[in-house]
Amino acid sequence: MTKVSPMHKEIDKETATSLLGFWVYMMTDCILFASLFAVFIVLKNNTAGGSNGAELFSLPFVLMQTLILLTSSFTSGLAMLAAQRSRIKDTFIWLGATGILGASFLALEINEFTKLDHSGSSWRTSGFLSSYFTLVGTHGLHITVGLLWLAGILFYIYKKGLNETSVKRLTMFSIFWHFLDVVWIFIFSVVYLLGVN
Amino acid sequence: MENSMYRSKAFKAYVTGFLLSLIFTLIAWGIVNRHVTNGHHLYSHLFINILVLSLAILQLVVQLIFFLHLGREKKPRWNLQALLAAVGIIIILVVGSIWIMNNLNYSMMNMVPSQEDRPF
Amino acid sequence: MLSIFSAAEVPGTDRMVLLFGQLMVVGAGLLIGLALIYFKKVGWLWKNWLTSVDHKKIGIMYLVVAGVMLLRGLADTVLLRFQQATSSGASHGIVSSDHFQQIFTAHGTMMIFFVAMGLVFGIINLIVPLQIGSRDVAFPLLNNLSFWMYAAGAILINLSLVFGGEFAATGWLAYPPLSELQFSPGVGVDYWIWSIQIAGIGTLLSGINFITTILTKRAPGMTMMKMPVFVWSVLAAMSLVAAAFPILTVTLVLLTLDRTIGTHFFTTTGGGNAMMYVNLIWAWGHPEVYILILPAFGIYSEIVATFSRKRLFGYASMVYAIIAITALSFVVWLHHFFTMGAGADVNAFFGIMTMVIAIPTGVKVFNWLFTMYRGRINFASPMIWFIGFVITFSIGGAAGVMLGVPPIDFQLHNTLFLVAHFHTMIVGGALFGYFAGIVYWFPKVFGFKLDEKLGKLAVYLWIAGFICAFTPLYILGLMGATRRLDHYDASLGWQGLFIVAGVGVLIIFAGVGVQLLMFYKSIRNRKKNIDKTGDPWNGRTLEWATSSPAPVYNFAAIPTVTDRDEFYRVKQLKLKLPKRKFSAIEMPNNSPFGIFMAGWALMFAFSVIWHFPPTIILAVLGIVITFLVRSFNDNTTYLISAAEVEAIENKRVGALL
Repeated sequence: MTKVSPMHKEIDKETATSLLGFWVYMMTDCILFASLFAVFIVLKNNTAGGSNGAELFSLPFVLMQTLILLTSSFTSGLAMLAAQRSRIKDTFIWLGATGILGASFLALEINEFTKLDHSGSSWRTSGFLSSYFTLVGTHGLHITVGLLWLAGILFYIYKKGLNETSVKRLTMFSIFWHFLDVVWIFIFSVVYLLGVN
Repeated sequence: MENSMYRSKAFKAYVTGFLLSLIFTLIAWGIVNRHVTNGHHLYSHLFINILVLSLAILQLVVQLIFFLHLGREKKPRWNLQALLAAVGIIIILVVGSIWIMNNLNYSMMNMVPSQEDRPF
Repeated sequence: MLSIFSAAEVPGTDRMVLLFGQLMVVGAGLLIGLALIYFKKVGWLWKNWLTSVDHKKIGIMYLVVAGVMLLRGLADTVLLRFQQATSSGASHGIVSSDHFQQIFTAHGTMMIFFVAMGLVFGIINLIVPLQIGSRDVAFPLLNNLSFWMYAAGAILINLSLVFGGEFAATGWLAYPPLSELQFSPGVGVDYWIWSIQIAGIGTLLSGINFITTILTKRAPGMTMMKMPVFVWSVLAAMSLVAAAFPILTVTLVLLTLDRTIGTHFFTTTGGGNAMMYVNLIWAWGHPEVYILILPAFGIYSEIVATFSRKRLFGYASMVYAIIAITALSFVVWLHHFFTMGAGADVNAFFGIMTMVIAIPTGVKVFNWLFTMYRGRINFASPMIWFIGFVITFSIGGAAGVMLGVPPIDFQLHNTLFLVAHFHTMIVGGALFGYFAGIVYWFPKVFGFKLDEKLGKLAVYLWIAGFICAFTPLYILGLMGATRRLDHYDASLGWQGLFIVAGVGVLIIFAGVGVQLLMFYKSIRNRKKNIDKTGDPWNGRTLEWATSSPAPVYNFAAIPTVTDRDEFYRVKQLKLKLPKRKFSAIEMPNNSPFGIFMAGWALMFAFSVIWHFPPTIILAVLGIVITFLVRSFNDNTTYLISAAEVEAIENKRVGALL
């Protein structure tokens, strides 16, 4: 069985094409987030008499979220390493860890959104809150889609093993997942750290 | 063969990336947390802005290199070029939008305090 | 004026116009559907066209939809011109003010998103893989999906006539606060949002597809600087698509959230900022117009070289000019709203950048002229389209540079001068280019040439009609006439010029009629005009090295390229070809994936517009399940045996590469 290992071997042309295409898509997704950031920055002071960032955000909570997501990005990278070396058990372990961490991140975020909404700070309250919920929520939506995708990939590997298609799709997933952490760096910094000022 | 994965250069790269990201995250968080719990009096706004953004950009570069293997591909380096183009567009879009939106009140009378023109 | 038009706000004629539109849409749909069933062509259509992932078939489908939408957009044009020519003083034309606003909104939206973009994607689909020596685009299935998203958007915008009878009355960019729920409570704006949102996603996916195709699927030996200039222009345009369409997606989502959830992005209260919409929509909108024009520039480069029988002058400078235009198109967007409050420093920066972008454009025009100089020019109709372009585009471009000077723009913003400028760019620049490309490449796609006589007549009618229709608008704009007027005071003395403009549109209409006649006559006479060699114009680039039409796999053996204008070089050298060995070729299967996904998207959009949650959920589930089914399908290609390839190739005449 040919081992597909981008670090050690020439990857097959079709895979290379798919990976470039996915990377270009990822660039467009970054621009999508950039637009949402631009909107957030412009509207961040438009609190319309409602609460602002300093009043709403909890720094310890955000740190917890950030560390969880960062770790899941790390474990997804390890899953890639394992897959490239055709180590199916390790792949499952690291992917499983990624999924659990990702789901925890999502649960925390949904929890925070619900709390805010119930305490009178909904995304209908002000321009600031509309842009906050939409920017962070879009990231959360990407995480959700990513987790569903991960489930699909796990099922595919379970059924068909670590063939070229599995590794190709896993590579695309890990690019996606790494970039979600990259976007989170900026949400963490711009929305939360600068927002509590 | 069995444990070569956890001793490989690739594994070390991921660990390095993870630890560096962790450090940058904690520094940024730590400084802002101290500043806030000291009633926002510890550092200037400008310092906090520059520090947090610089650390974010550093962490971005770390993750691009160690997690996304940027710069390691063979020529032609389309991934790198596409990324640089995207970064350029993002800077133009975000900085341009902030500049324009703040400037739109140029000819207007002074607004209500909640709409003061400072982005941060 | 005639008394039939004299009553103000005539609901009767309004309803008649609407009814006519509804009958048109329903009638056309029924006619096509019933004809397909009667002639038992439904299965054939499904198998050979609708589920095809072949770039050549997809390209034709884009052009068909674009052509139909052109006729729809022209119907709006006639209504608009007629209204403005008659609605002066006591007369109020045939449509009410609100209806008029819906008509010009639909006109702009359809022409840009469904005609111009359709022509662009139709042509690049047909030609780019052939020009780079590839079998197909990088992602054929995605290509099919993109087409169906575009078609779904076109269907949705036509459905607005039938279900709801209402469209946005906001102008083609639907600025808030007018487009917010408070001032546009009906379904019109929602139809607008979703038809371009869906089509826009299709466009974005196509952008990714063509960038990847051009970067990775070029024939061996075809370095970037050996690509045809058309391919460069497509790469540039697709880069703009990738960069700009995410901005449109976001902006439309935010407006949708305002209208459905009650968020405050662009509202007048609650901390919304309507100007942010204007800012973002133009950050998308300016690159969009360069997306429309760059491939046309590329087409002109191909046509001018071929019909001047000379290689293109200044290849490298053409490439750099394209790159410069692409980069600059991202730093000019504020010129669309100079008048909306920015200070002198912001206006000055964007004004200067706007003037700068005219420079690389000028380089291109001069390069085309230098290509013609001392060439042996064949004035076939594609070349005449080019001449028409040079004349109109130069004038319109100069008008654009004028508008780029903020103090001048303060006088001319949103006047008919602006309207004349951008129509000159899009019609004289882009549309003429796509018409030229269609005539030029028609034999490659269908195997026979179009009737030249009628083709030439069509060009002359279009050029004359265009000048007659838009010169009055330049003048009216300088006289102070605002755009989008459904009525004006008789004492202004404008009516005469509006009537001239109306006559101009009728001449254009005659031109369209001649084009339709040209297609009809050419199809009837096709056996007389068969392209036997695959190279009817003595072309220079690789697409002419295939038969007409090209076989499904494009090239039996992927050619190796050593220079620009490779095909021409080979012809000149009269190279003897070695005996060819044929090998089996793997091609992708047809698939209903694209239709299903676009169908679910259409269901989703329709449900959101009419606030019906059950089908929203059904559509989302449908999308997920369709995706899963495809993901687990490992049997997605088929093999054409070497013997079959040999048989197909032996039927051809004049293969050279």
